[in-house]
Amino acid sequence: MIKAILIFNNHGKPRLSKFYEHYTEDTEQQIIRETFHLVSKRDENICNFLEGGLLIGGSENKLIYRHYATLYFVFCVDSSESELGILDLIQVFVETLDKCFENVCELDLIFHMDKVHNILAEMVMGGMVLETNMSEIITQAEAHNKMEKSETFIFQCPRQDR
Amino acid sequence: MALKIVKGSIDRMFDKNLQDLVRGIRNHKEDEAKYISTCIDEIKQELKQDNIAVKANAVCKLTYLQMLGYDVSWAAFNIVEVMSSSKFTYKRIGYLAASQCFHEGTDVIMLTTNQIRKDLSSPNQYDTGVALTGLSCFVTPDLARDLANDIMTLMSHTKPYIRKKAVLIMYKVFLKYPESLRPAFPRLKEKLEDPDPGVQSAAVNVICELARRNPKNYLSLAPLFFKLMTSSTNNWVLIKIIKLFGALTPLEPRLGKKLIEPLTNLIHSTSAMSLLYECVNTVIAVLISLSSGMPNHSASIQLCVQKLRILIEDSDQNLKYLGLLAMSKILKTHPKSVQSHKDLILQCLDDKDESIRLRALDLLYGMVSKKNLMEIVKKLMLHVDKAEGTTYRDELLTKIIDICSQSNYQYITNFEWYISILVELTRLEGTRHGHLIASQMLDVAIRVKAIRGFAVAQMATLLDNAHLLTGNTQRNGICEVLYAAAWICGEFSEHLEDPMQTLEAMLRPKVATLPGHIQAVYVQNAAKLFATVLQKHEGETDSQAAQETSQLLIDRLPLFVQSANLEVQERASCILQLVKYIQKLQQKNVEVAEEVTALFAGELNPVAPKAQKKVPIPEGLDLDAWINEPPSESESEDEKPKVVFAKEEPKHYRSRHTEVDEKELARRREVRKQEQANNPFYIKASPSSQKVYDAPGVEHIPVVQIDLSVPLKVPGMPMSDQYLKLEEERRQKEKAERKKKEKKKKREKRGKGRKADSGPESEEDITPAHQVDIVTEEMPENALPSDDDDKDPNDPHKALDIDLDNLLSGFSSRPLADSEKLPVRTHRPEVLKSPAEDRDSKSVPQETKKKSSKEKKEKKKDKEKDRKRSKEEKKKKKKHKEVEEELLESQPEEAVQSEETKEAAAPPTSTSAEASDLDFWLSSAPVPPAAAQEVTAPSSAAAVDTSSAAAPESEPDEPKDTEPEDTKSSKHKKKKQKKEKEEKEKKKKKRHHHHHHHGDAGGEDSVQNGTVEEEEPLPPMSNYSLLAENSYIKMVYDIQGNHQDESKVVVSVIFENKSDSFLKSMEFNVLDSLNSKLQRPEGAGPHDGLTVPFQLPPGVSNEARFVFSVQSIVMPQKLKGTLTFIVKSDESSTHEKLDFKLHFTCTSYLITTPCYSDAYAKLLESGDLKGSSLRLEGINMPFHHLLARICFHHHFSVVERIDSCASMYSRSIQGHHVCLLVKTSDQTVSIDAKCDEPSLLGNVLDEIKQTFSKC
Repeated sequence: MIKAILIFNNHGKPRLSKFYEHYTEDTEQQIIRETFHLVSKRDENICNFLEGGLLIGGSENKLIYRHYATLYFVFCVDSSESELGILDLIQVFVETLDKCFENVCELDLIFHMDKVHNILAEMVMGGMVLETNMSEIITQAEAHNKMEKSETFIFQCPRQDR
Repeated sequence: MALKIVKGSIDRMFDKNLQDLVRGIRNHKEDEAKYISTCIDEIKQELKQDNIAVKANAVCKLTYLQMLGYDVSWAAFNIVEVMSSSKFTYKRIGYLAASQCFHEGTDVIMLTTNQIRKDLSSPNQYDTGVALTGLSCFVTPDLARDLANDIMTLMSHTKPYIRKKAVLIMYKVFLKYPESLRPAFPRLKEKLEDPDPGVQSAAVNVICELARRNPKNYLSLAPLFFKLMTSSTNNWVLIKIIKLFGALTPLEPRLGKKLIEPLTNLIHSTSAMSLLYECVNTVIAVLISLSSGMPNHSASIQLCVQKLRILIEDSDQNLKYLGLLAMSKILKTHPKSVQSHKDLILQCLDDKDESIRLRALDLLYGMVSKKNLMEIVKKLMLHVDKAEGTTYRDELLTKIIDICSQSNYQYITNFEWYISILVELTRLEGTRHGHLIASQMLDVAIRVKAIRGFAVAQMATLLDNAHLLTGNTQRNGICEVLYAAAWICGEFSEHLEDPMQTLEAMLRPKVATLPGHIQAVYVQNAAKLFATVLQKHEGETDSQAAQETSQLLIDRLPLFVQSANLEVQERASCILQLVKYIQKLQQKNVEVAEEVTALFAGELNPVAPKAQKKVPIPEGLDLDAWINEPPSESESEDEKPKVVFAKEEPKHYRSRHTEVDEKELARRREVRKQEQANNPFYIKASPSSQKVYDAPGVEHIPVVQIDLSVPLKVPGMPMSDQYLKLEEERRQKEKAERKKKEKKKKREKRGKGRKADSGPESEEDITPAHQVDIVTEEMPENALPSDDDDKDPNDPHKALDIDLDNLLSGFSSRPLADSEKLPVRTHRPEVLKSPAEDRDSKSVPQETKKKSSKEKKEKKKDKEKDRKRSKEEKKKKKKHKEVEEELLESQPEEAVQSEETKEAAAPPTSTSAEASDLDFWLSSAPVPPAAAQEVTAPSSAAAVDTSSAAAPESEPDEPKDTEPEDTKSSKHKKKKQKKEKEEKEKKKKKRHHHHHHHGDAGGEDSVQNGTVEEEEPLPPMSNYSLLAENSYIKMVYDIQGNHQDESKVVVSVIFENKSDSFLKSMEFNVLDSLNSKLQRPEGAGPHDGLTVPFQLPPGVSNEARFVFSVQSIVMPQKLKGTLTFIVKSDESSTHEKLDFKLHFTCTSYLITTPCYSDAYAKLLESGDLKGSSLRLEGINMPFHHLLARICFHHHFSVVERIDSCASMYSRSIQGHHVCLLVKTSDQTVSIDAKCDEPSLLGNVLDEIKQTFSKC
């Protein structure tokens, strides 16, 4: 099971948080801070797994993360997930974002958190991996967008946001 | 209305949307909180409007704020409103918000049930999808209960997109509403074979999650997963399955044997590191689970270690880390194989990544031996120096001590060296582990008598140089060692060279800055020293010096009397007065030394932690007997668990209420089991990894005889390095000596014991400088020398050991099960009886055998009962409903399931036997995949065949007595602790009892099926025959019937790339005949080829399966086909083609099916079968080889064998019975055969003839 998926930037600002177990908002913030603390002090080029107890549930869980430019993608998983598998999954996630946002950067995530959530929902559902095939994920995400567009009313004037 | 909408829309243009909100927050960095609170006010206004678009926009913004840590639960109702919008766009926003902030405590959730149900059944698949996604995050027990059925229906939705989501969410539903598991499980299982890979993967995912928590209940699925594992190409699915197997193997070692082969194949063939790693991990798990009885897996271990070495050597830190992690698992059971990679591990200590260094340290712990301890510690000491001022250094320090002290200093050959190491470690500044070093010093000095002299000298130096250690006392933990130093010097002061100097050192004013408890020890031991000094001086009749010593104490002690520490003060003042009195006596020239020494006389003896246990119980003392009369029995039993004795001594307890309790116990066990079954998270006693580094064995507690070849005197502060050299020299010398001796000796004597590593440097050859043996010292007199208490009685592996012994002792006393030897399908050397008849079996010897094994089982059960008893008592009150109906309902299913489990549990030996022989796999094509199929295949058939004799109740159950119960209990998921009347309860219990009884008997049978009496091992056999070959590619194939479908056969083809180029786009095509057709996917034309689902890098082989449908199976036939493929090398790529002929023999339509001898007899008597016969001349092989070949190549099973005569049975996919009677005499084999289809029989016999003409 995946317990939580967190994205934050180099300063620890959350860009996306998805918890698959319930925590209060305060605890969630603490978890994000703690995770940031653990992850950010690690050098580049050292291994991407962290062990050790956390607010989020004891030493059963592992943090598996990747650092891309300004963003950390952190998956908190339990022992039933394969470490390398999750690393690949993060890669798939990022590549999918890259495809959907065309050259994704932190700003895309900042302004379109909802879209990121929707893409993520096609990959991971309720803490379990739903789909690992990138093209399938993109197909579904695009189908959703199409649905959305077909519903567009006059009042939804297109905006260019960045 | 329309106007209103338009108006709303226009309003909205002036509202902030999410992007505006984000931008605004970014622009208000200084007063973010204030800005957000105004935004929230705006949002509240927006939520009050009627326009759903405005509301959705507001909710969307709230989702963002929620991420920033703002509580938005106040808007829960609005979120529900947005969720129920008919527009997908808004609905999605609503569900997203709900998934982020709803939880079980959200009360509006109960309003959503109908809305969600509506969305689930929406014609628009995306509405359904969004609802499922949302629900997966906030499903509550109520929602789960109300919607379980709807979701179940969705599992069979036409769209794979919905199916996979529905399957996945079922896990969440099970969690919240466990009762749904049972009804949903068949469908879930079905989804494992869904045509859509996504759905399949989801189902695997769910079952793996379920099984991880409670693996026992899912053992029955092993064959199915096995099939998936050998057929799936989706790495994600494979990883999950392989991880699951890792959890299952500890429960069923035979499964492990079966797994090793396909796993090794995967390890060889996969290029995905993640898959490789998980395979290695599971192989390790398998090896651990097998380690008890299987010595012959060195090849697999080597493979794992090799692969791990590659991982560790990789530049990718992640692989390195995982490699080390997995290595440490191997280390626990197979330390030798890891030890050879010491260099690599030591290298990792230099890694820049701390987590890798720590892993490497963990590994080192298990890798030390007498031989390399000094060397390793020396390396570590270097690292200690390098790691100045980090927490890593502390870690190193503790590891050094751990490594040296493990297993009671098992690996230390020279304690002087160790003391020096400890002393060297005291030079570390700022470490927190002073007390650790101190306790080691104390331990060694007390227990290793011979080292005391040396230790005392060292400690004296340490005390002398105490100022070096106490630089800044406050934070410095290292001064703790002074505690040990002072105590050792005082206690063993007779070894001191210059006690006076040490005494002085201990009374320096600086000492007063030490922590209180250390000062206290100082004072006390100063007194001891004082006694020693006095004695010395009086011995020399130097009263002047003696008086000076007293004066010294009287001068210095007042400093301590003023101490703020109570203990220091108390001791100091006490001793001060004593010394003053002594001084008075001295002035009168009275000899006092003796009396003063008497104050501290008496030696302190170490006592082993298990000493008490080792004292034998005196005769006539019954520890179990009641001291007082037990409390009256009329008390209600519910309160009894509190009684300590009742728990601990269940046997006694029971003997007093046997009648009632036997029933009670059974009932309670049932109750408890059902409860466990109900709880998907009930975690069974975890199969803890074998404890190898167990608690210190008593044998090795040190008592030392000094080897005089080591020069004892090392002046000043020692350098541990010296010892390395000394040790080297010593060993050299010893070796030389031994060689001399050996020349004289005959070699024979060394022979067997050292076969493993007969090198001159083997472990045993190193005689320690200090013989360590304490038993007599630390143990009470007449202690029992047994060491059985070192074993954990709950160790699962131990339990399994017993089981296997049981199996064998019921049959023969040979230590190895057949399965370890035979690379073929099983023989049944014993008459196979259907269990129903088995009860009143006629054959006497068999009866007794069975009895004995049954008895054993009974005993075991008893034990188990005892263990479970206490738990049960607590749960006693809980009762169940519907049990009886359930039981009836579930029985047919149960029967089949347990059948399957049985098959899985007693896997055909064909593959597993070869498991140990890696070379065999490597050289030839993978061994027949028959196994996978076989495990699932015969069960139902067998059941049908024997149905006349065996009621479903008496179906063979699992071979291990604990399992059937558990499997069963899992079937009774539905009943949850609800009250019911006693009577019903009892009835049910009786039924169950009944059931178990037969189950056990049957189980026994099925196990015996797996045993065989051959002495010689069989040569390896393979069913794969060559299909076609050219310079690029080689194809071998095997055809297997498919029991599920009477008109289908599966052709497994192994493609091997022989070239240096890459082979891709392989297309497999066959010219269909009227009778046999290749199954093509829907929509493909009748002449289209099938794409082979993989590509082949150079030198790699892989297996693909093709399904053919056949109409008539009575005749063999050949199908022409073509394989086309693209050969891609660096320079060019060409299109190539290879023709082949697929030969469908009649044999390939046969399926190995076990048959009971009585059913077999009935079959022959029925007269429906037509006969035919065959003679084979010049067969020059043992009879059992012959049978094995028939079994293996022609899919028969032995029903009964008497000397040189055997009856065999097989069944075709279309249900034809084929019976053989094989007799042999003088190289002539005659086979009488019967079958209900003569032409089929004729062809099969021809094929058998051919098989034997070949050899």
